[in-house]
Amino acid sequence: MEIILAFVIGGLFAAGIYMLLRRSLLKLLIGLSLMSHGTNLLIFTVARLTRGRAPVISMNESVLEPPFADPIPQALILTAIVISFGVTAFALALAFRAYRSVGTDDLDQMQTTDA
Amino acid sequence: MNVLLLLPIIIPMLTGILTLFFRYALHTQRLVSLMGTVALLVASIALVFDVRRNGIQAAQMGGWPAPYGIPLVADLFGAVMVLLAGIVGMAVAAYALVSIDRQREQFGYHPLYHFLLMGVCGAFLTGDLFNLYVWFEVMLMASFVLMALGGDRGQMEGAIKYVALNLVSSAMFLSALGLLYGMAGTLNMADLAQKFSVNPPSQSPGLVTAVAMLFMVAFGIKAAVFPLFFWLPASYHTPPAAVSALFAGLLTKVGVYALIRVFTLIFLQDTGYTHSLLLAVAALTMVSGVVGAAAQNEFRRVLSFLIISHIGYMIMGLGLFTPLALAGAVFYTAHHIIAKTNLFLVSGVVERLGGTPELKKLGGLYRAHPILALLFLVPSMSLVGIPPLSGFFAKLSLVRAGLETQQYVLVAIALGVSILTLFSMLKLWAEAFWKPGMLSEVDTLPFGLNVRAWLYPIAFLAGLTVLIGLGAGPLFRFALQAGEQLMNPSIYIQAVMGGGP
Repeated sequence: MEIILAFVIGGLFAAGIYMLLRRSLLKLLIGLSLMSHGTNLLIFTVARLTRGRAPVISMNESVLEPPFADPIPQALILTAIVISFGVTAFALALAFRAYRSVGTDDLDQMQTTDA
Repeated sequence: MNVLLLLPIIIPMLTGILTLFFRYALHTQRLVSLMGTVALLVASIALVFDVRRNGIQAAQMGGWPAPYGIPLVADLFGAVMVLLAGIVGMAVAAYALVSIDRQREQFGYHPLYHFLLMGVCGAFLTGDLFNLYVWFEVMLMASFVLMALGGDRGQMEGAIKYVALNLVSSAMFLSALGLLYGMAGTLNMADLAQKFSVNPPSQSPGLVTAVAMLFMVAFGIKAAVFPLFFWLPASYHTPPAAVSALFAGLLTKVGVYALIRVFTLIFLQDTGYTHSLLLAVAALTMVSGVVGAAAQNEFRRVLSFLIISHIGYMIMGLGLFTPLALAGAVFYTAHHIIAKTNLFLVSGVVERLGGTPELKKLGGLYRAHPILALLFLVPSMSLVGIPPLSGFFAKLSLVRAGLETQQYVLVAIALGVSILTLFSMLKLWAEAFWKPGMLSEVDTLPFGLNVRAWLYPIAFLAGLTVLIGLGAGPLFRFALQAGEQLMNPSIYIQAVMGGGP
């Protein structure tokens, strides 16, 4: 399962970077969100996939027995998803405003401020 | 729990919320905004004194013991950075009161400003890597909006690049965090340092170095080091001076802070590789920044490239990795934040008086506003490193540290870059201030009355630059202490984790 997910993550990053390198503003944003999905899956996978073992201490024990699903990465991912949701929403609005004021979504046309 | 650690985060947050309430009462909002930054400055001064007297301070949020909860930690370096955020925050807020236009104020300049300060202070104080990521995002979100606020075409283009590259950097930071957690099972910086130093992950030292490289690239984008700096000169000159001065002073330095933090505390298992790479990056950053500046013909574009060049000096201090070099990096960062913010504030006045950022069309400012010219000379000559201003001592310590570690080529580059910095500063001086211009008409604008109010924050920061230069002895001893703390992670670990390391 880890192997499959590793390929999925690699695919997401590759697709994300490919989209980043396109000239269209919208594709740039799609690329960024693909990358953030890849990142979230990476955190999820790196923390070892454990099925059916909730991190709950059972009634007659005092410590958690080792093979359990680590809740921390999931909390991290949850935070990261919320952040990337907000950032993507802002970036979309920004892209729209930029499209309106520049009149094109071609990144190669947005070079007036470059050095 | 030490409440001083919380204040630099809580004060900007409360001020930001309060200013939201006064959205339709601009005068009250301005007053609240300024008072908030004054309170932040006072709190940060108290924090520095506390850390100076009692050593590294740590507070566990929510009362969770060390490796489980999120700690706030202030060592001397962190506390000094918070103090600088307070100083710059107050000066730029005062400058914004007179310089920012009404439209931007109505769209929420003041609340965003304080949320930005909150993110910056949080990043300086947190002791947990994931929390650092969250503070970065708080800071970035506020800076994204400030960058785009107003909606000029140039601002939009600059903001797109700024946002896109920062998001790439965030994705890399987060991936590195994930891999690090997979290896160490913790993201508490002190706990990570302990795990990596006492008991290095034997199965794959190469993987640790790979993660270190991911952190270097992620923070390197934010700090604008070579070859990751292209977003900076494309965006920093587009927003109004009251925004870009804060960005120029603080934001890239948060990246530098994060680099110094992780490469003095956590990633020490292969310094021969990582820190040599940092030295190479430092040299290339210094050179490419100053060469870029020489090719520019607009006031703030020149200054933007000079930021990059000076980031190189800070990275050089980190790469040399001796107590003296780190002290130099701390001192340099402090001096640079104040001087560079000040130059951007001056650039705002120059552009307003001259009506254009283009050096060709500017001129005659020395004749019309000799005080402004003098206030430009102080930070610019300080950045070049003319004694007795602050930059001289910062460069002196870095050069000495370089000579002590036999990095002669790097020292030669650093000195050469200083001379080229002088060239760029003289270009600004000659074009904008010295050469005859037609400023006499501009001077009669109704705005002429206000120019004095624009100068107060500039004079305040210039005074600090002079004071740092005059008080260099004691201040440098302070920086040395900060350097010693950075070189001895065990002090940091002990302060956070409690007990013996």
